[in-house]
Amino acid sequence: MYDGSKILAGIAVFLAVVLLPVWHNVWVASAPRPEVKIAPGAEQCVDTAAVMRATHMNVLDRWRDAVVRDGIRTTTTPTGMTVPMSLTKTCMKCHYNKKEFCDACHNYLAVSPTCWQCHVEPQPEPKESSS
Amino acid sequence: MNEGRRSFLKTAALGALGVAASHALPATAEGAKATGGRRWAMLIDTRRCLEKKGCAKCAEACHVVHNVPALSNPRHEVKWIWREGFREAFPDQEAEYFDETLTTSKVLVFCNHCDRPPCVRVCPTQATWRRRDGLVMMDWHRCIGCRYCVAACPYGSRSFNWVDPRPHIAEITPTYPTRTRGVVEKCTFCDERLPEGRLPACVEACEAKALMFGDLADPASEVREVLRTRFAVRRRPGLGTHPAIFYLV
Repeated sequence: MYDGSKILAGIAVFLAVVLLPVWHNVWVASAPRPEVKIAPGAEQCVDTAAVMRATHMNVLDRWRDAVVRDGIRTTTTPTGMTVPMSLTKTCMKCHYNKKEFCDACHNYLAVSPTCWQCHVEPQPEPKESSS
Repeated sequence: MNEGRRSFLKTAALGALGVAASHALPATAEGAKATGGRRWAMLIDTRRCLEKKGCAKCAEACHVVHNVPALSNPRHEVKWIWREGFREAFPDQEAEYFDETLTTSKVLVFCNHCDRPPCVRVCPTQATWRRRDGLVMMDWHRCIGCRYCVAACPYGSRSFNWVDPRPHIAEITPTYPTRTRGVVEKCTFCDERLPEGRLPACVEACEAKALMFGDLADPASEVREVLRTRFAVRRRPGLGTHPAIFYLV
């Protein structure tokens, strides 16, 4: 190979520069996993935490289509509750803080769902007495 | 051989009947309860309405509960209920020698929730469609902002959000979503209130009791009773859209 050392050195420099974000994450501590906050008294979600973590977006899509297109407004969840299929009326009762719940994870994963362009974010502090 | 063909045809016919029947049935019993068997309509008593000069309680109530923005630029205007001159609202109504208090006044107009809505025919994404109970609904999630419906609606009932509406809403009602830039909106006959057994916001807000809301499919309903005894006109009947808004004159 002609000029093999130069080529290999060039490739090494190229990789070092291109993979800079990776080195950066190795040397500097990578972003911590987000801690999400929910309402203190909240016990039961509409499904298990693992399912919700993986498929909450599909659940919300199903709810949306049922309410808007079929006019069905309540559902019985796998956990045996009957709830209105509503982001603001059901989900946000426990996950009332959008910044510390929704955004915490979405920012970590760099996804930006468009829900809140239209749906109204509840006021951050829930009333102490509200059940 | 013949017997085989005979039984095959019989089975096929039965199968076809079964398929037809399953399509005729609503998707779920609950959905049918929410939307089927009804035909919602609105009656406007123009005389009672015009007695209260300058009243805009219905529009105010509607625009507050539905987060309708107040935009000062008339080209960006978004409206669900507003007033239109009688001649503009009823251009094909000759109305010669009519009571001038009516023909020179502005009448209340909003989405007509037509039986044959042109907006629905042109919507490429089915973001707007006619429900079984007659409501011409909107799915703002699905609207791509093409504005075909705006062009198709002969009543000008549809508004397009040219700008982000949020900064132009005085106080956002948290129980109802706002819209976003690039989405068409209009009156939905308060589809969110009907399942709760509540009347549309405008009907509730009208102090003159000039607005009546009811079920046209029920011959014993109040709206049917009034239509039997009073003369009513609809906007631009020649277009064959069959509006569900009746103006008592």
